[in-house]
Amino acid sequence: MSCMNHKHILQIKNLSVSFTQYEKGLRKIDLKVIRNLNVSVGEGELVAVVGASGSGKSLLAHAILGILPRNCDAEGNIWFEDELLSPKRIEELRGGKIVLVPQSVTYLDPLEKVGRQVRKEQDEESVRTKQEELFDFYKLPQNTADLYPFELSGGMARRVLLTTAMMESPRLIIADEPTPGLHLEAAKKAMSHFREFADKGNGVLLITHDIELALEVADRIAVFYAGTTVEEAPVADFQSVDTLRHPYTKALWRALPQNGFHPFPGKQPYAKDMPNGCPFGPRCPQLTPECEGNIQEQLIRFGRVRCIHAK
Amino acid sequence: MRLEAKGISFGYKKGVKILDQFQITIENHERVGIVAPSGFGKTTLCQILSGYIKPASGQVLLDGKDIYKIQGYCPVQMIWQHPEKAVNPRLRMKDIIAEGDGIDERIMDGLGIERDWLNRFPGELSGGEVQRFCIARALGKRTKFLIADEISTMLDLITQSQVWNFLLTEVAERKIGLIVVTHSNLLMERIATRQVVLSSEPAKSLLFH
Amino acid sequence: MNNTGSVTILQKYQRKRLNQRSQTLLVLAFGSIFLLAITVIGTLVGDIAITTNFTQKNFLPQIAHPFGTDWLGRDMLARTLKGMSISIYIGLFASVISAVIAAILGAAAATLGKKVDAVITWFIDLVMGIPHLLLLILISYAIGRGTFGVVVAVAISHWPVLTRIIRGEILQLKEANYIKIAGKLGQSKMKIVVKHMIPHVFPQFLVGLVLLFPHAILHEAALTFLGFGLPPEQPGIGIILSESMKYLSLGMWWLALFPGMVLMTTVLLFDLVGGSLRKMIDPHSAQE
Repeated sequence: MSCMNHKHILQIKNLSVSFTQYEKGLRKIDLKVIRNLNVSVGEGELVAVVGASGSGKSLLAHAILGILPRNCDAEGNIWFEDELLSPKRIEELRGGKIVLVPQSVTYLDPLEKVGRQVRKEQDEESVRTKQEELFDFYKLPQNTADLYPFELSGGMARRVLLTTAMMESPRLIIADEPTPGLHLEAAKKAMSHFREFADKGNGVLLITHDIELALEVADRIAVFYAGTTVEEAPVADFQSVDTLRHPYTKALWRALPQNGFHPFPGKQPYAKDMPNGCPFGPRCPQLTPECEGNIQEQLIRFGRVRCIHAK
Repeated sequence: MRLEAKGISFGYKKGVKILDQFQITIENHERVGIVAPSGFGKTTLCQILSGYIKPASGQVLLDGKDIYKIQGYCPVQMIWQHPEKAVNPRLRMKDIIAEGDGIDERIMDGLGIERDWLNRFPGELSGGEVQRFCIARALGKRTKFLIADEISTMLDLITQSQVWNFLLTEVAERKIGLIVVTHSNLLMERIATRQVVLSSEPAKSLLFH
Repeated sequence: MNNTGSVTILQKYQRKRLNQRSQTLLVLAFGSIFLLAITVIGTLVGDIAITTNFTQKNFLPQIAHPFGTDWLGRDMLARTLKGMSISIYIGLFASVISAVIAAILGAAAATLGKKVDAVITWFIDLVMGIPHLLLLILISYAIGRGTFGVVVAVAISHWPVLTRIIRGEILQLKEANYIKIAGKLGQSKMKIVVKHMIPHVFPQFLVGLVLLFPHAILHEAALTFLGFGLPPEQPGIGIILSESMKYLSLGMWWLALFPGMVLMTTVLLFDLVGGSLRKMIDPHSAQE
């Protein structure tokens, strides 16, 4: 495994999610939006899953939390602290040991005061104390508890969402695009709380489209392409294109404004017309006939990659 | 051509101005980046500059003509941040692009629009693909200024560089003025020839030349 | 630990044997055929419904007369169908008028400026504020009862809800980015209305129209039942029910039960048809 000195908090193997959708009229089709996805989060780690918006990476978060839409099929093995999870167990852990920090304030109930929401309507002394401690910790004034969500600024709202998540002393935070449209500096600041949380021996899975942010805050980056993670690499490997493994990751690296801003032809394939074998095949300069076969994940220099040509 | 904003003030709430006496002049050979923290009315400013919103005071002039009063095709076109809201979900992509002002095949090729997308509905394409159409649609023959409001936040990096590389050559060739809003400093440095900073308190604008 | 080989099923989509869209279509087809059948048969039965036959008075339901006969020996099934078809016609007529009023007022409120909007909104509140039946009785009484009175009363008391929906939809559309963009791209107002607005509002209008039916029918029946509606010569379902009331105490339960059930079924079917139409149009439920 990629991080041998760590104990895993979360480990996902061969996760697949497919959608049932109407195509035209009464015909239904199955769209496999996530296929054979692997990712893991170790103790003290912040792992970023980076992919284009609308590529289905949010479904990863929803699958881990068991909150997929009804017209979905999902399968795959999820281990949480070495325990293989069943759907029922996922439901028990959700909101307790595993929590979701969503994108925006719209996830707060606009009609309820913030304090009560954070306490989940409980008023016992112990719960109240915990909420007050957390407010202190995240530098929220105590009177924030009496505000309604619309009275919060963007930054405060983010911290409120965070305290809500922390009330149950979780081990794993799944953050789905927690900093949409934020300036890099502001986003980094917002992410510092996640960093602190991870540094205490917990795990954070950050799902984002913002690779610049991921490069700044994450320990490892999993690159999401066409429904799967093509490469999982320590963040240090992103310093140079030579230490990266997958041709897509390399193309991604070259497309960064600071690395030349090089465009790359082609587009991500649809779930509907996915090529055989490697999803990157049609765009790949190294394409060979073997690429259309089954691509196994390989372990190379502490990173995992799904490419038969990777060195 | 020249786009001039004179003494623009605007606020959504009474007494709270998000823009106060904002001034800017842009020539059609320039690429201007607008920098400001989130929540400082960058999108509002874009809408004012492209004539969607009438400012509370002040004027936006395109070669001396008030932009808000221009009838018909507006030479200042804005590209919005959220492509899925900028297209009618009930129309096919070919009908959406047809609303533009004679969009060349060349533009569609440059933005990597594939021909079989034209018969699809927006819901059948990804956000990045729809955004390419929105960009193409704004590049009509009569477009003189292009206002890009965080147009690549929804795109993956490779698409982002594809789109921007094309846009930069296109605006240079056709002498279209470009106004860019992005939260990415690196992207801004890459694109803009000059940056304008909307400073915070008290919502006032500074000008850097 | 990692290579157990087996895969955990995390979620299985419970597919129905019929997918929802087919199911909805089926309900729609079934409901429409049933209602059409009532209307057509009711129109065609003609004289049987009013032919008296004193040798067959007060029959309990039986094979020859599934709904029994009344005190004049008339076949209750024929009468019920006839009555129902009259009610459906009136309902149809009244709801179409109502819907047209709603479309015009809704569009006017949304497009003709703040003052017009305020006036129309005020009227909506006014009409909705008065108890429905009271308003119906008032209007129908003022116009002078009869078929005309009922149609007018039902038509001009049922528009507010749909008006509100249409007004809201258009207001929301006007703020939609893609419509504002179309304007900046030099598209004419007319083109925007035809290409962007009507295709969006029309389906909602249609659903609203269908959902008006059950109300219109029920209120027509209620009005007639109370004696403010159709004249006794016209065997509307309300007339049948109110006449039957007098014979209930004589133990002739079938006179009221079957027509009542047919009325209820019709109303529920219309509701079902409207509901399934909406389900197919509404994008939130369309993918299930």
